[in-house]
Amino acid sequence: MAIDKIVAQMPKSLSKIEFSYCPGCHHGIVHRIVAEVIDELGIASKTIMVAPVGCSVFAYNFFDLDGTVAAHGRAPAVATGMKRALPDRVIFTYQGDGDLASIGTAEIVHAANRGENITTIFINNAVYGMTGGQMAPTTLLGQKTTTSPYGRDAKANGYPIRMSEMLATLDGSAYIERTMVTTPQNVIKTKAAVKKAFQVQLKGLGFSMIEVLSTCPTNWGMTPIESMKWLEDNMTKTFPLGVFVDRTKGLI
Amino acid sequence: MIKSIIIAGFGGQGVMLMGKIIAEAAMFEGLNVTWLPSYGPEMRGGTANCTVVIGDEPIGSPVVDFPDVVIAMNIPSMMKFEEVLKKDGTMLINSSVIDREPSRKDIKVSKIDANKIADTIGNSKVLNMVTLGAFAKITGLIKIEAIGKALEETFASKNKKLVDLNLQAVEHGMKSVTD
Amino acid sequence: MKMLMKGTEAIAEAAIRAGCRLYFGYPITPQSELTEYMAKRMPEVKGTFLQSESEVATVNMLYGAACTGRKVMTSTSSPGFSLMQEGISYMAGAELPAIFINVMRGGPGLGDIQPSQSDYFQSTKGGGHGDYRMIVLAPHTLQEATNMMKEAFDLAFKYRMLVTILVDGMIGQMMEPVELPEWTKPEEFEEPNWALTGANGRKPRKVTSFDLDPYELEKMNLRYQETYKKVSQNEVKYEEFKIEDAEITVVAYGTMARIVKTVIDYARKSGIKVGLFRPITLWPFPYERLSEISKNVKNILTVEMSYGQMVEDVKLAVEEKSDVHFYGRSAGVVPTPAEILDAIKKIVR
Repeated sequence: MAIDKIVAQMPKSLSKIEFSYCPGCHHGIVHRIVAEVIDELGIASKTIMVAPVGCSVFAYNFFDLDGTVAAHGRAPAVATGMKRALPDRVIFTYQGDGDLASIGTAEIVHAANRGENITTIFINNAVYGMTGGQMAPTTLLGQKTTTSPYGRDAKANGYPIRMSEMLATLDGSAYIERTMVTTPQNVIKTKAAVKKAFQVQLKGLGFSMIEVLSTCPTNWGMTPIESMKWLEDNMTKTFPLGVFVDRTKGLI
Repeated sequence: MIKSIIIAGFGGQGVMLMGKIIAEAAMFEGLNVTWLPSYGPEMRGGTANCTVVIGDEPIGSPVVDFPDVVIAMNIPSMMKFEEVLKKDGTMLINSSVIDREPSRKDIKVSKIDANKIADTIGNSKVLNMVTLGAFAKITGLIKIEAIGKALEETFASKNKKLVDLNLQAVEHGMKSVTD
Repeated sequence: MKMLMKGTEAIAEAAIRAGCRLYFGYPITPQSELTEYMAKRMPEVKGTFLQSESEVATVNMLYGAACTGRKVMTSTSSPGFSLMQEGISYMAGAELPAIFINVMRGGPGLGDIQPSQSDYFQSTKGGGHGDYRMIVLAPHTLQEATNMMKEAFDLAFKYRMLVTILVDGMIGQMMEPVELPEWTKPEEFEEPNWALTGANGRKPRKVTSFDLDPYELEKMNLRYQETYKKVSQNEVKYEEFKIEDAEITVVAYGTMARIVKTVIDYARKSGIKVGLFRPITLWPFPYERLSEISKNVKNILTVEMSYGQMVEDVKLAVEEKSDVHFYGRSAGVVPTPAEILDAIKKIVR
């Protein structure tokens, strides 16, 4: 049977290597969104990605782009070095919550504060995935993890950190939005946000970041369906969706 | 020939710059030089010293145990470096500030009334260049032309008047030093 | 024409003339003048200067910039170099070329800001994790340091390795007349075939220090080792000074070596024949040559501004062929010519 019309296909910016993510994990969806945006903007030939340490450490291989892996938390500094060396290329980091919101806070804060013209995709699933479900800086109060077995206690562990809100206070941040990908509608919204973030960089407007609330069924001990519901019911209360800074009005 | 000079005083007396101009002038004389500062965390104040080594052969150590010349701009510096000055070495003292004699008798002592001369020139800051002139005169290691070139190199980009003022101070120092 | 320059500034200017247009750094005494010089000079040559938020960030910016195949460098002093070790290990694993200037100061910990040579182990034995090496060059005069910058970049790119110029606070802070090197023409520099520049019309490239399959990671490691072997065979450098007739040979590097040259003059005047063996590459260390030399001299004295670091390599080279002695002061105290002469006299007499 001849194919008349292609209605859906794998984005060109993804490689043929199979994802290694767990069933129900949102990394795969976000990877696809990022790749589609890169394809649609026609920037694959000039895009370099900086993968993090964490479950998405393999992302540099899942994307069919020039890429590297940064040390844990250092992706914004690595991306800074690349961008300063090659200002006309598109540089993005892909980071998890342990990477960006814990060990790499200094690097992300100062990259944003410099208005570093890079894009960051921040996956927040409230837990350390790769190392086996330990407490993350974004773990919710009361949430049980392998290092908060009695539930996160604010007295001992402090509070879930809201990176998007925090970075939005910096003058160098041009666009920061928090989204999720639990429904087709949310996927479409997230894709629009990611596209805007890359456009911010293409226009040279400064730092852009999209935080995507994501699931970790394996470490949360839930089915994929349960974890989507848990994300919507619980995470969005601590991490409300929305645009936290937008300095692009009239420019994009 | 290798000659070593330690220049010491209060921060703000311009001892580092004096050392630098001596080193640079010696370089313009075609000699090898090293300039080594004592450096500390403080930007101003406290005591300061630098070591300049001048030679017509390659210079090994920029660190000197026993200098040939000590330029002392204050009493603590005189007392500290008098002990290590070579026998028959030269101690040049700023007599505006130092009101006493070194205790050693096996050294040559020269005096320059640096602050007073600087005041008569009309700028108290150039006391270091007055002293530098005295040093040039008594040691014969650097000539006025080379000093002028070094001052040019250091100040010309900032202010041509500064070059002239400093050179004038050097000349006064050369005239006024007592052996 | 010779210019009277501070060590830090001469090194910075030489790096620019060698084609470096990307500098990342964080202020730390006694090398902040290098950072300041770059801040002023890089815009004049259409280069990039960036003051990072920390040395941890610096080294990772270097990583990113080095990924693009450009000539990149940083400078720091001991505590900052410690902070950079994480990134150094990653860069070594990713086979990235870059230049580090470590202007050593007294340690451990916050230590002080005076000259020291106590980062020898850290530089030559690997301060970060994993089986890696970096080329370590130790100039002893400002002229040698400036001449070394082009060579450092050439070595870094030839072998895809990190190169550290290991100097102490004295070389950083002192002034000496310097004949600046010729400018390297940008067109002489070809973009390496591994650089990440965007996969425009070619297959995407990956630069990492990473493979979870131990057999694959072993292959990478064996490749590094092959490189290190080549460097050890081809790039060892040293200077011999008056060793032919020496009854005692001093082994010293950097500032200590130039101080020893003065000691040799003093000693020979008082009838003691002293020679100097000066390793210029601290890694690769000149084991073979020192081994040969040790056959013909009874006493070898290692002098360092540390409590005995390079002396371990000297012992490895000498084995039992001659007696290895040590004299060192550390924590920012610089041994003077008179002290070293005393140490020599104690051994000889």
